[in-house]
Amino acid sequence: MKSHQSALTIILLSCVLTTTAFSATASSTEASTNVWRDVPPGPPDAILGIAQAFRECTAENKVNVCVGAYRDEKGQPWVLPSVRSAEEIMLSSENKEYLPIEGDAAFVNKALRFAYGANAPLDRIAGVQTLSGTGACRIGGEFLSQFYSSKNILVPDPTWGNHHKIFKECGLTVGTYRYYDRSTNRLDLQGMLEDLRNAPDGSTILLHACAHNPTGCDPTDEQWDQLLDVIRQKQHLIFFDSAYQGFASGDAEADAKALRRVMDAGYPMLLAQSFAKNFGLYGERCGTLSVVCHDVAQKDILMSQLKCIVRPMYSSPPKHGSSIVRTVLSDEKLTQQYYQECASMADRIQTMRQRLVQALQNVGSSHDWSHISEQIGMFAFTGMSAEMCDTLTDQYNIFLTRDGRISIAGLNDDNLGYVAKAIHSVTDGKSITSN
Amino acid sequence: MATTTENLSSPSIENNSDEEDEGGRAAFAAQKKHKMSPPSVGTVDRPSSIRRSSLLLSPEWDMERKSLRHLGDLDDDDQIRIAYFPNIPTIQDVATNEGDDDKPAVDVSAPRRSLFKTKTHATVSSDEEWSTASVTSDSLSDFDDNDDHTVTGIWQNVPEAPPDAILGIAAAYKACEHPQKVNICVGAYRDDNGNPYVLPTVRKAEYRLLEQNEVKEYLPIEGDRDFVYCAMKFAYGREMDIENHVAAVQSLSGTGACMLGGQFLAQFWGSDHPIYVPNPTWGNHIKIFKQCGLKVRKYRYYDRSKNALDFEGMLKDIKRAKDGSIILLHACAHNPTGCDPTMEQWKEIVSLISSKSHIAFFDSAYQGFATGNSEKDAQAFRYAVSQHVPILLAQSFAKNFGLYGERVGTLSIVCGDVVQKEHIMSELRSIIRPLYSSPPRHGSSIVKTILMDPALKEEYYQECAKMAIRIKKMRKKLEEALQVAGSIHDWSHITKQIGMFAYTGMDEAMCKQLTEEFSIFLTTNGRISMAGLNNTNLTYVANAIQTVTAGKTITA
Repeated sequence: MKSHQSALTIILLSCVLTTTAFSATASSTEASTNVWRDVPPGPPDAILGIAQAFRECTAENKVNVCVGAYRDEKGQPWVLPSVRSAEEIMLSSENKEYLPIEGDAAFVNKALRFAYGANAPLDRIAGVQTLSGTGACRIGGEFLSQFYSSKNILVPDPTWGNHHKIFKECGLTVGTYRYYDRSTNRLDLQGMLEDLRNAPDGSTILLHACAHNPTGCDPTDEQWDQLLDVIRQKQHLIFFDSAYQGFASGDAEADAKALRRVMDAGYPMLLAQSFAKNFGLYGERCGTLSVVCHDVAQKDILMSQLKCIVRPMYSSPPKHGSSIVRTVLSDEKLTQQYYQECASMADRIQTMRQRLVQALQNVGSSHDWSHISEQIGMFAFTGMSAEMCDTLTDQYNIFLTRDGRISIAGLNDDNLGYVAKAIHSVTDGKSITSN
Repeated sequence: MATTTENLSSPSIENNSDEEDEGGRAAFAAQKKHKMSPPSVGTVDRPSSIRRSSLLLSPEWDMERKSLRHLGDLDDDDQIRIAYFPNIPTIQDVATNEGDDDKPAVDVSAPRRSLFKTKTHATVSSDEEWSTASVTSDSLSDFDDNDDHTVTGIWQNVPEAPPDAILGIAAAYKACEHPQKVNICVGAYRDDNGNPYVLPTVRKAEYRLLEQNEVKEYLPIEGDRDFVYCAMKFAYGREMDIENHVAAVQSLSGTGACMLGGQFLAQFWGSDHPIYVPNPTWGNHIKIFKQCGLKVRKYRYYDRSKNALDFEGMLKDIKRAKDGSIILLHACAHNPTGCDPTMEQWKEIVSLISSKSHIAFFDSAYQGFATGNSEKDAQAFRYAVSQHVPILLAQSFAKNFGLYGERVGTLSIVCGDVVQKEHIMSELRSIIRPLYSSPPRHGSSIVKTILMDPALKEEYYQECAKMAIRIKKMRKKLEEALQVAGSIHDWSHITKQIGMFAYTGMDEAMCKQLTEEFSIFLTTNGRISMAGLNNTNLTYVANAIQTVTAGKTITA
């Protein structure tokens, strides 16, 4: 009898519970139907679509050279061992308290030191921790929109697609300057200089600090001289986007040369810095935005305004990635280890680059692929047309962006030959330059 | 881990405790507003982006404040400003169209324009002169001293933003050398020794992530799908049909969720629909929604004369709001008052919202942390969903999982069918992508690991309940200690209130005295963080409160 009673009690109790708990089932949402009926679908994201298609593809020989993240020789994502070591240390040394609005000051200090160099006057550089490079561009763009006299920003043609979106959302007028000459697969210096001259005085010019995305084509020192001449004459403001420092050439100091030259020479500048690639911290969203100021007092003022931009967006940045970078760069051994790991990534990519060109020649391609060897960074801007790219995907299950950009990181011993053959097939007898 | 001095940077950005100083800012240039109605069916073109209001105080905000001073006294922002920054000028009164929804307060057709034009060059008058006046080859710099467009000149007109009020308090606490100093300003949980607390299950989850070699790849724009699914079940309950009726994205904790929701509403509900926030509310709410381009109004919420909910005032103001307004509601443990409607009152509120065709925007920052029971703390918004009220839900895991600095949260929108859901998701992605591309993965991985493991989940619920229980105990003990100290005031509101904070009813002068005489640091609106109290400092704080309130009133 007792067990029956307790069973009954349980049943009664659960009835009571279900009637008092407000279960929100499908029928409950009927009236909600009308409210959002007219929300239109947003524009699809091109890159996402390709990544999705790759995932869904069942072909055994499928190759992903769309990916903007490093892959090792086996095609696997790679977490740097120094990063793992830092995380182990952090398990006992870090808590989860909020960072200040401007982020982890010690991290920002290390980060700016990394970018600007050992002798940089950090005390007059206003720097805040950001959500990787995207967040840095956004904060910088919002700052310019509010406090800079010109609402014009010019980005290279081509550039990372999201640059256009970010600066437009900031309320800036986004224009382009010629950058890549598709008829030579090289920098279009004259076009660039002309467009910079024609832009209204004091425009903001977005420049990739190194390893231009997507072309991999960077100005030489001499070309930088000419660019800076015009920039100075036109009183333009330079906004550097640095996403590949150390990852481009393997040498972090070398990759920072351009931005340091500009800073040392007294140009006003902003710097968006990302640790996504060079520390492999992609999803941790770790970066900085900095503005070079005249003195400490001005820096304090700018910091106060940068904080005002951050606060209503997300209050304060996420701490895991910044703690990792700070931990690594604060430990001599880990720092040394890190530099080697980063260089190894750059080396593998550099090797693959050369081997791709070699492989293309080996399969009989008569095209001049020297631009691929000369380009720098994660990507090769092949010069293939959109139709060629579509064929590569449809017939060969090679997934890349339709601008002909391939991620060298996605190449390895297993797929190199296959990819070279496929590229040769779609480009044989056709042009890889356009006018 | 170190004592509370370690974490003084944290109060400056406490997500739910800050009431920042708005008042020191002068009114600035025109904001370009984009008046929108929701797009019609079949429209594919996205409306052009809304220009957000200047973060600096706009004339319209001043108009808001003047029209909403129901009780005729200064509101919290003024009090904080005056207490700590007596020399900062008050808001300039600007002639505006008061309270008139249709006429914009400022000329919205004028393009946005910074007031800070660069100085004209005194020494050069033409391009040619400029180029000859430029660099000599011996200097490292490419510029000479007369150039205004150098680092010297370019930012010289940027004004300083007023300092963060809470930061001032935090800094003062840090600088204070009094041996018995107490920080009850902090908006993060502290254990009984006054130390920050990382939940054991959180640490276990982190160990597991390391052992499993969790990668660091980018999350999708909308975040970690498994995490979002768990978070939705946690919020809406087991029976909710997430797949078909909830559009949800991972967000940067509660702030990020409010921001995404505000952006979405401004674009797809129309920025002519005001959002009403409770008076008082977390200070950052107002900044966030203004920045999204929404008109921000307040509804009466707290009755200072009774230290209780002003339910009648609340209903009146919600009714007075034009149909289709957005009503921001704290899901539980209202910040800063700790004063929540009863379930019966919630039913009336929801019914009224429904009859006015309002949208309910719930901010849930304390689920599980308020009463110790996460199901109970979700009843308000679950009831709204069951009554067919369209809701948005900003969800934060900062407090209940102790993941403050990892920035973990979600924004969800309950919708009619899966097609709507897909559309909403795609629009949310469009908002997120140019902001930060994708959310940070560490915090969401932790939450997901815990909620998907039955054993860890059980442990977690107990840890969260423990935090809530300690705070509840402190409430009781504070009330008792005040009586023991000889106070004859009615302090029952302290034990009736819920969540991390107690809204004591002390006025600004009393708070100042607490700080200056007793080195007890709190916000000048009389709000204290129960988390900052412990067995060591309780008596001291009670005695101090008794001293500053004796013979005075704690109701307004």
